[in-house]
Amino acid sequence: MTTLPASTEKKLGLVIDLDTCVGCHACVVSCKGWNTENYGAPLSDQDPYGADPSGTFLNRVHSYEVQPSEGPAQLIHFPKSCLHCDDAPCVTVCPTGASYKRVEDGIVLVNESDCIGCGLCAWACPYGAREMDQAAGVMKKCTLCVDRIYNENLPEEDRQPACVRTCPAGARHFGDLSDPDSEVSQLVAERGGMDLMPEQGTKPVNKYLPPRPKDTWEEVDILAPLLEPVAPEADGLLGWLDRTLGKVGGK
Amino acid sequence: MHPAPSIIVFTVLSGLGFGLLAFLGLGMPTVFGGVAFGYFTIAYLLAVIGLASSAFHLGNPQRALKAFTQWRSSWLSREACLSVATLVVMGIYGGGLVFFNTKLSTLGLLGSILALATVFATSMIYGQLKTVPRWNSWTTPALFVTLSLAGGALLAGQVLMTLAFLVLAGVLQVIAWTLGDGRFAEAGSTQGTATGLERIGTVRHFESPHTGTNYLLREMVHQVGRKHAQTLRVIALALMVVLPVVLLWLGVTYVTVALAALSHIVGTLASRWLFFAEAEHVVGLYYGKR
Ligand code: SF4
Ligand code: SF4
Ligand code: SF4
Repeated sequence: MTTLPASTEKKLGLVIDLDTCVGCHACVVSCKGWNTENYGAPLSDQDPYGADPSGTFLNRVHSYEVQPSEGPAQLIHFPKSCLHCDDAPCVTVCPTGASYKRVEDGIVLVNESDCIGCGLCAWACPYGAREMDQAAGVMKKCTLCVDRIYNENLPEEDRQPACVRTCPAGARHFGDLSDPDSEVSQLVAERGGMDLMPEQGTKPVNKYLPPRPKDTWEEVDILAPLLEPVAPEADGLLGWLDRTLGKVGGK
Repeated sequence: MHPAPSIIVFTVLSGLGFGLLAFLGLGMPTVFGGVAFGYFTIAYLLAVIGLASSAFHLGNPQRALKAFTQWRSSWLSREACLSVATLVVMGIYGGGLVFFNTKLSTLGLLGSILALATVFATSMIYGQLKTVPRWNSWTTPALFVTLSLAGGALLAGQVLMTLAFLVLAGVLQVIAWTLGDGRFAEAGSTQGTATGLERIGTVRHFESPHTGTNYLLREMVHQVGRKHAQTLRVIALALMVVLPVVLLWLGVTYVTVALAALSHIVGTLASRWLFFAEAEHVVGLYYGKR
């Protein structure tokens, strides 16, 4: 059913820390790996070794340069996957019921055997989180690794999204954002987690932690007093020369 | 966006077909037997060619029947249901006219309403998208429905109606372009809101996530042809509205009506091409593009 549930029991999602992401793209690779080998149609590539390669990815990392009004510009790496929006426009536009939001945990999924590949849901998503697989003709999107997080065949520590498990910088966190006591909710509260494009009214579940303010650099030089010029004014013959030449030159 | 030819042809031809059905349902003109057969064949061909060419756009057309299930929430599903309902109702009504010399007026009226509702649903597929501010406006359904009525009236030989709807469509088209140009800014999405980084400073896209292209860039951030937009607007308006009006004003003969129809269709195709080519999706902001 492509009407949205009035509320979901949990709001599973990601919290992405823009302060710590180092832009290594490890999450991009692990996401592609896991999701090609597991649930649904593989994430195909077109012309992967040729002149014009392209392919389907569920998670991509942009990099932005941000210029503050004072001080040097900052470089911010920006991972982006589906935000599992509470008011997901991609779900309601779907004509077949293939796109849906789960009542139990709020995950937004595509049932590929119902998808006709019309592409409308990708158009409805402001974040570019959906990509049509060119080989399978069905819509692909982040599943929040639904086939990992509940998977009892995996060791406990692997029951989290592939991107979260992989991130070497600890920049991606997974948890229940409807529970104010969860670690992710605490992080959001502490660090002022924000929504992307709030004006689109999608109410994203995923939150982004803004980069922490940069510390300022004050000059503290313990050697400075010792290196002060010993004789700021020259005296003796040089002093006399300096003064005389100064008078002649009018300085 | 990438102006896919199948979608342009679909929206224009099916708009014409359903517009013609709307007039036939109202008994404008009231025709029976062979003449009715001719009118209905043209209307059905236009509507069905349109629907078929939209199926080319699908990744998995064999599952298209599933698209009839989600009319509660989806405009695309509503369009599918309404178009089939129109074709069925108008089929029975047309059958009465062609084979039994009987006009089932109530059924015809219902068919007309369904035909216009179909065009409205088509327009709302685009009009509903907040992600494309230019489309997300009352002008989208208003223009689609008026163009369908103008084209339908023209094909149905309703000269006064044609003139009225053509002029109205011209006015709406100019309004849609003028308001449309400011819609993106009005909607308020910027690189700053897209990344949330405006709190720090001015945001510039430094490096793309991928060196090649992808589905999003091909479909939604396609910028080809925008630079000729102004010229195309003039051409579209001239062919879609001005020339047909002049031709019909010169005299109503088979030749002028046929030329007017041809000109109107070409002009509408150009206008629809612009509708897609000029659409700017907010996802472009993540790529530093519009
Ligand atoms: S991020 Fe896009 S695809 Fe994901 S739920 Fe929101 S609107 Fe849908
Ligand atoms: S592409 Fe598939 S999931 Fe998306 S709206 Fe169309 S049918 Fe639904
Ligand atoms: S949660 Fe899973 S599917 Fe989603 S971005 Fe991470 S690895 Fe990819």
